[in-house]
Amino acid sequence: MSEHAIELTVNGHRHAARVEARTSLGEFLREGLGYTGTHLACEHGVCGACTVMVDGAAMRSCLMLAVQANGAQVTTIEGLADDDGTLHPVQQALKDNFGLQCGFCTPGVAITLACVTRDNESAGEREMEDALVTAMSGHICRCTGYQGIRRAIRQLSNRKLAEVAE
Amino acid sequence: MKPAPFDYVRPASIEEACRVLAESGGGATVIAGGQTLMPLLNLRMSQPFVLVDINAIPDLKGVTRVEGGTRVGPATRQADALRDRTLARHLPAFITALGHVGHYQTRNRGTIGGSVALGEPAAEMPATAVALGAMIEIASTRGTRQVPAHEFYIGPYMTVLEPDELVTGIVYPDWPDGHLVLFREVAQRPGDFALVGLVGALVLEGGTVSRAGIAWFGMGPTPIRARQAEAALLGAALSGIDADAVARAAVADTAPFDDHHASAEYRRTVGARIFARALRETLDLRSAA
Repeated sequence: MSEHAIELTVNGHRHAARVEARTSLGEFLREGLGYTGTHLACEHGVCGACTVMVDGAAMRSCLMLAVQANGAQVTTIEGLADDDGTLHPVQQALKDNFGLQCGFCTPGVAITLACVTRDNESAGEREMEDALVTAMSGHICRCTGYQGIRRAIRQLSNRKLAEVAE
Repeated sequence: MKPAPFDYVRPASIEEACRVLAESGGGATVIAGGQTLMPLLNLRMSQPFVLVDINAIPDLKGVTRVEGGTRVGPATRQADALRDRTLARHLPAFITALGHVGHYQTRNRGTIGGSVALGEPAAEMPATAVALGAMIEIASTRGTRQVPAHEFYIGPYMTVLEPDELVTGIVYPDWPDGHLVLFREVAQRPGDFALVGLVGALVLEGGTVSRAGIAWFGMGPTPIRARQAEAALLGAALSGIDADAVARAAVADTAPFDDHHASAEYRRTVGARIFARALRETLDLRSAA
């Protein structure tokens, strides 16, 4: 049972810690660093609630070890909004469209939608919408019936809807 | 903390990784993307003493052209492979199949070699390696060897890989420019393991099929090459191909099972349908072009 010294950056803040090898990144973020916005649910990669950005890419934080995040830049839900509290467009869209109810799956959903909108910045409306909907297959939401999330995706894909929201 | 305790090592070279595997006497498990292994660890279905992380070994990453084919490093992330121009140009069937592997979030971490080496019978990448005639490169402290993909898989999650061996490359032979892609799968949600699926490549010359490589996934304990269907297609003129008859021949090679998601009978029935559809679609596309 090995222990390892790691250093990583979470939402712009540097952290150094010692972790047991078997600690998942999600567990370390929550228990080790207090970023409890990352929600662990199934812990075998099915539900998507624990999704965070690792070096800019959306990943399941239950499916990687904290020691594997040594040197990485991690962004959690706590790091999406601006410092002044202005919501990320994805968060705003979810809020505007009732894209959440209990909110348990929402941190993961928001991280995925933020990555996909960034990756498809220059894409057309249809392409963006397709990419967002497809990526949602990696998340399970038991409250909304997905309709609110679907509307939020519509808003994120359509510039006019997005401007009206602003 | 869910997994049982283990030691973690992150070797910087293939040699070092092989040495750790050899020294651990079968108690070590290789982790690449971990998108299947981490669930098994969390559920304690896998309890290795040592986890060997191969993500820091540069030689195991990337896509390169080699004599007569394309070599994919096993630690290449699925998302990177999906964007790779060499693969898009030379192995369209690989790219089509890869688009169905897991979800956006798991492809960002999952690797090609992890999927190939694990041998999940319903997964796309093992069947793709079998269909396209890939060669699996393997190393250990005892030396190196190459195993054709169709001899690599021996059962569900079982391969010829010994506990001290590491997959160091997957070499896909070239298929001629303009070859056709065959792909269909039925899954409950996009990204889920397929209930039944097929992947393959076809070469047409002068209106007849001159080369065919087709494999099933989710249709038995391993990926299964559709040999009878390949034989029926080879040398056949397009006008004379009976898609339904070829599909029946293809299903004759399979050994599907019942599970929570579908019965063997369902898999055979749906398998024959999607095989015939894939064949019609792929060959019609060609004749319309």
